Amino acid sequence: MRSGVVIFPGSNCDRDMIVALRKISGKTPIKIWHKEYDIPNLDLIVIPGGFTFGDYLRCGALAARSPVITSIKNHISRGGTVLGVCNGFQILIEAEILPGSLIRNKKLLFTCRETTLEVQSCIESPFLSGLKIGECLKIPVAHNEGNYFAPEDLLKQLKEEGRIALKYIKQKDNEKNYNPNGSTEDIAGILSKNGKVLGMMPHPERAINYLHGGTDGLKFLTKCVEQIIG
Amino acid sequence: MKVIVNVSLKEGVLDPEGQAIKSSLNNLGFEHCSDVRTGKQIILNLDQNSETEVLKQAKKMCEELLVNTVIENYEINILKD
Repeated sequence: MRSGVVIFPGSNCDRDMIVALRKISGKTPIKIWHKEYDIPNLDLIVIPGGFTFGDYLRCGALAARSPVITSIKNHISRGGTVLGVCNGFQILIEAEILPGSLIRNKKLLFTCRETTLEVQSCIESPFLSGLKIGECLKIPVAHNEGNYFAPEDLLKQLKEEGRIALKYIKQKDNEKNYNPNGSTEDIAGILSKNGKVLGMMPHPERAINYLHGGTDGLKFLTKCVEQIIG
Repeated sequence: MKVIVNVSLKEGVLDPEGQAIKSSLNNLGFEHCSDVRTGKQIILNLDQNSETEVLKQAKKMCEELLVNTVIENYEINILKD
């Protein structure tokens, strides 16, 4: 599998993502600098987490206007696969590749902890087809603006089109803070119309080794890679 | 020409920062403060003399970068000396 990880000034999860993808696919992803217009044909492009451009103006706003975004949009129009994690998700939204908005966490706290995600029944997607509907994954989050917001009509459309991919879920009936940011309907990740672009707040690359406290991220990324290779 | 852009959150969009400020004001004894909404102000200096052109340019800037129109409203005002 040929993959690439996009790097902006302020990206800080790029190396972790490269390590994870290399571990899974056996091939080292290429690094794509944000000023590049020409990127080779790739099976997967990942926009990693971080604080691109210092989160100035709005998280991901300045990164979403970088030259590389045009190349990413071309890659998507050719049917290419893109994963945006955390700040990568914010960038996909700011670039209007995915709809809605990611606003400040409800309790105004930067949240850095493990969350439990549930795979939703959604459209065919290389990111989820290898997993079972209702399957739970323990993957950590670390963000300040991960509160997914969509106006009612958009939310309805996302549901109808089967584009809600991942939700935060309770482990126990009385668990109160299972949703780390107050997102609408506990949404943790959404898909593009064709299912080939996934934006998610949790960091799968931070759960790929038992020393991380879990390997569900490895499982998630492995299933993605398997589906993409076919 | 100086242009002031005021960006505010649309009605119905949760403003956690505004809520935190509100509860702090209430705690300070300002009990009549029933709601707080936050926003931001962006001041632009445009090297242009035509007001119509300045407004047109500022609007384009808002739509393309300065404002997230999914959750935010904006207002453009030319600052007269």
